[in-house]
Amino acid sequence: MSSLASLARLIRSKNAGPFVLTFDIMFEDEARYRRVRDSGVLTRERIAGLYNLPPDKVQLFFCDPALAVKASIPRPVTQGDVGDADGHGGQQYAPLMEIEVP
Amino acid sequence: MNAPEEIRILAPTGVCGSGFSEKSFELALAQQPHFIGCDAGSTDPGPEYLGTGHTAFPPEAIRRDLRLMLVGARRLGIPLLIGSCGTGGADAQVELVRGMALEIAREEQLSFRLATIRSEQTKDYLLQRLREGRIQPLDPAPPFDAGVIERSAHVVGMMGAEPFIRALEAGADVVLAGRASDTAIFAAVPLMRGFPAGLAWHAAKILECGAAAVVNRRSPDCMFVWLRRDHFLVQAPDPELRCTPQSIASHALYENADPFRLVECSGTLDLTGSHYEAVDERTVRVGGSTFEEAQRYTVKLEGAELAGYQSILIGSVRDPFILRQLDSWLARLREKIEARVRMVFGDKLQGQWQLGIRVYGHNGTMGALEPVKDAQPHEVALVFELTAPSQAVARSLAGITRHQALHLPIPEWSGLITAVALAYNALDRGPVYRFNMNQVVLPDDPYEMFPMRLEEVA
Repeated sequence: MSSLASLARLIRSKNAGPFVLTFDIMFEDEARYRRVRDSGVLTRERIAGLYNLPPDKVQLFFCDPALAVKASIPRPVTQGDVGDADGHGGQQYAPLMEIEVP
Repeated sequence: MNAPEEIRILAPTGVCGSGFSEKSFELALAQQPHFIGCDAGSTDPGPEYLGTGHTAFPPEAIRRDLRLMLVGARRLGIPLLIGSCGTGGADAQVELVRGMALEIAREEQLSFRLATIRSEQTKDYLLQRLREGRIQPLDPAPPFDAGVIERSAHVVGMMGAEPFIRALEAGADVVLAGRASDTAIFAAVPLMRGFPAGLAWHAAKILECGAAAVVNRRSPDCMFVWLRRDHFLVQAPDPELRCTPQSIASHALYENADPFRLVECSGTLDLTGSHYEAVDERTVRVGGSTFEEAQRYTVKLEGAELAGYQSILIGSVRDPFILRQLDSWLARLREKIEARVRMVFGDKLQGQWQLGIRVYGHNGTMGALEPVKDAQPHEVALVFELTAPSQAVARSLAGITRHQALHLPIPEWSGLITAVALAYNALDRGPVYRFNMNQVVLPDDPYEMFPMRLEEVA
């Protein structure tokens, strides 16, 4: 088993507009990308669990040409509204880092 | 006139005001671009810019980039298209950038035909479209009704490529547009000249961020595209910067919910069949992208309304006795503050103020979503955020919060304690705004929301 953070070249989060938060999990080479893609650990249910949402609110994409996995969720708080702690959504990915990949 | 078989496009940087290297810009101009495009705004810096009309990048930095682009475009006699002027694209922000352009023209002795395209929407227009059922929600969208329109400080529509095309057809050399789809700035010329829409929009998507799609990004810089009928080539003019198939493919992910389907006013760019090949070690060839025309033309709305005025109090706690009971201490503090506010203001403020407490060192970044619940930090920072209908009231609430927080006792100590270290007293943050819409309008045509003005600058 390896953590997702040890396999990815970059895990990041960012706003996709003021109402959506998006995560990019990017890999250096095909081998590591395929290992994660084909492991089945990255599912809508898994991400929904980490971000406390129903799975049907999670969009999940495997983007082969970019060697990347992408997920998007509704923002927990609208960007910049009273109570939002992360205006660019840039520091919301830490829970993804520890996902264990066989 | 025969359509040229190649359109060369220069994007000097991702945002006008973020900067680019003059050396890269000169290398790019030597490639004889057919036009220069630049995005100048975004929602990314937050709602305050659309709300207040301020710019996210400093005016001096916007002027610096604008000067280089205007002088470069006039030297080659090619169009310069700038979208989302002044961050939010509201009328005052477009006017600010227009003022800069006129000043630069005087200083540099430039002459050109200037098109200014506004994107701010009137309440009457929006209310009419709402009554007609021609404002519809995207997903996710906040609730929308006439009240949202009435409360908004500014509402802009995000224009497509058509208003840019109209300006170019009217002979504009320089187009300063309000809020625009970032890609529309770059897709307009290729679409006007009949190039395939899929390739035009895909190239535009890469260009709108300048050199962001290179492997080894150091600072904002130029990007260049050679758009042809069956593919496009993309390269960063700085010879040190490399584009690879993976870096270009990855760019479709950035700040975008769906990496395969990108929605524009007039349809959807589909990257499912896109292919990326290395031409040399810093140039990539892209093909296979398609564009599906939409059944109905839609224009996305962005609005900002006043959420209130804030005062902020920043403090820290070091006492391990307080830290080990921090959640309950903060809950007691909240009750004390609420009681004191009722004592001072009576019922007058009921439901009109908010206290937010951020605990940095515990869950300040992720709030309720923080998975680490039981860590024992040796100190935390507390940020108390008071939101009220006026700055004066917010400041008074911060004063109450300060005094209650300083001396809230814990059972471990007897006698008067001072529980919070304060490096500063409360700070006034001024008015704060919130984004209040993620809806689209179904207009009669792509132009009705985007009036254009032409003028000769000499």
